[in-house]
Amino acid sequence: MANENWPLWEVFIRSRQGLNHKHVGSLRAADQEMAIENARDVYTRRSEGVSIWVVLSANVHASNPSDKGPMFDPAEDKVYRHPTFYDIPDEIGHM
Amino acid sequence: MTKAEEEFQAKIDRDIKIEPKDWMPDAYRKTLVRQISQHAHSEIVGMLPEGNWITRAPSLRRKVALLAKVQDEAGHGLYLYSAVETLGTDREQTIDDMHSGKAKYSSIFNYPTLSWADMGAVGWLVDGAAIVNQVALQRTSYGPYSRAMVKICKEESFHQRQGYELLIHMCNGTKEQKEMAQDALNRFWWPSLMMFGPSDTDSPNTAQSMAWRVKRYTNDDLRQQFVDITVPQAEFLGLTIPDPDLKMNEETGHYEFGEINWEEFFNVVNGNGPCNRERIAARSNAKKNGSWVIDAANAYAEKQRMKKKVA
Amino acid sequence: MTEQDALFDYCLRIGDSSLIIGHRLSEWCGHGPILEEDIAIINVSLDLVGQARSVLDYAGKIEGKGRSEDDLAYLRDVAFYRNHLICEQPNGDYGRTIVRQFLFDSFHYLFLNELVNSKDDFFSGYAEKSLKEVIYHMQHSTKWMLRMGDGTEESHRRVQEPLNDLWRFTGEFFAVNEVDKILISNGIAVDLNKIKPKWKQYVREIIEDATLTLPTNDWEQLGGKEGRHTEHLGFILAEMQFLPRAYPDATW
Repeated sequence: MANENWPLWEVFIRSRQGLNHKHVGSLRAADQEMAIENARDVYTRRSEGVSIWVVLSANVHASNPSDKGPMFDPAEDKVYRHPTFYDIPDEIGHM
Repeated sequence: MTKAEEEFQAKIDRDIKIEPKDWMPDAYRKTLVRQISQHAHSEIVGMLPEGNWITRAPSLRRKVALLAKVQDEAGHGLYLYSAVETLGTDREQTIDDMHSGKAKYSSIFNYPTLSWADMGAVGWLVDGAAIVNQVALQRTSYGPYSRAMVKICKEESFHQRQGYELLIHMCNGTKEQKEMAQDALNRFWWPSLMMFGPSDTDSPNTAQSMAWRVKRYTNDDLRQQFVDITVPQAEFLGLTIPDPDLKMNEETGHYEFGEINWEEFFNVVNGNGPCNRERIAARSNAKKNGSWVIDAANAYAEKQRMKKKVA
Repeated sequence: MTEQDALFDYCLRIGDSSLIIGHRLSEWCGHGPILEEDIAIINVSLDLVGQARSVLDYAGKIEGKGRSEDDLAYLRDVAFYRNHLICEQPNGDYGRTIVRQFLFDSFHYLFLNELVNSKDDFFSGYAEKSLKEVIYHMQHSTKWMLRMGDGTEESHRRVQEPLNDLWRFTGEFFAVNEVDKILISNGIAVDLNKIKPKWKQYVREIIEDATLTLPTNDWEQLGGKEGRHTEHLGFILAEMQFLPRAYPDATW
């Protein structure tokens, strides 16, 4: 027969209500239902999760590390985006 | 060294993790694929000697504990294969390489498990040795490998406790049980020391792996650490470590131990262990006998996609 | 037969079935068709052996002779086991395992779904807890029936054959004996006649969806509930009970 591998899926788990889903790894599965079930069996054997996302690895588009400079450095000197950039008199208290 | 290589090494030296899409020297990538897949194969082949006793576990509590432990090893294999896949290597390819003998796995799993006490010895010594190695690897330079190690270490500690607790019970049991425990230690002690690999003077990859921080300690350092931790644990059990040369060196604070039989080690690595053929046969049969299952799921998924398209 | 005897026997039927089929599944550990599935099937095995432990523990209390879950699991011979015959049938290839599991899981689910209403507090609590696990088992084996039945020609054949073979054991799910009669009358046991049509309907639907053919042989092979087993159980017990039998003075 075909002898084709099952596609690779990336797995994201929400460890408890109120937190973001976090990437935990990958696995192989023939379809999305199987991917979710396999993720449950592989990545939540010790109650690590309350919700699972699976995404075909082929559908993940990533930024290129060689563009890291232009992508992320320009944000570094935009100090005016941070609250500490602005002086507020002490007597106003917490703002 | 090219500029890229220099930048790469500078990152390593500052303990900045390397991530999948980052530039890396080919040799680094190859080393990682070799080491991580070897590690993954060891988890998977490691299921077999313990799996050997699942159907004979002497109580239901022991049965579920062992089953859960062996299942964890499948999980750990999977975490590691998933790290391998981030390097652009297909896991099934590396698995085929193991089945053909091209890729290796830890030689300890080529020894047979002959009594129930072996389940204790494997948990205590083999997992103990693995933990020493894996704790060090949590700080390895490749991000996905390091993260897999963190996850594995967290889960692994129950394995060793499971084994040691089992042995405590047997050592406090009948005379026959204690004899079984001693026999298991006799058979697994030296192969456990061999798990750390050849001596540093004989380990061609160590220097480069250390420079790349793929490895954080040398084989001999880790082996020493393991002996120092394990000897008092054997004493607590009232068991004798089968090494007449073993003694505490008061000056260094470390145990000195006898010469490892490296001839046996290299023979077992290269296929002459008691169970090499059986282990490989079991794993490649599992894959061969499972291939129609993989095909069925693919064919069904394809049919479902077509149906959705039509609808 | 007293009510206590009946209750003890009923516990064994439930506990032994989970233990023996869970044991069979555990034989797959390390040999599954692919890693992900190896892990999945061992989860099912762990659930079932866990369920068996709690029912056998309860059985020992009902009996009142001080036997533990392990005494019951490890020191009873074939004639004293009460599991359904289907549970002890060999794994065969993964298709055969899935068919056996599908037939059992679908019954198991419907059975527990009624057992939650039992007047026996242990059973109702046990059923409620186990149901969560068994719903998942049923989804898992059902999906595999569909994938294999409607997958490739080879996979279709590899589930149709064991389906024809194992069908004769499914009548036993609904066979009523004196134990059932005593316990149904006081609201403890499940009325098996009530779940039979639901099971038939579910299984027929899935078999059809999976493009498989419903077996026509309606012969019902009975016996497990009375301790008359197939030849396979003896070998399972010989292996499983080896250590406690060989070292009767030892604890583990």
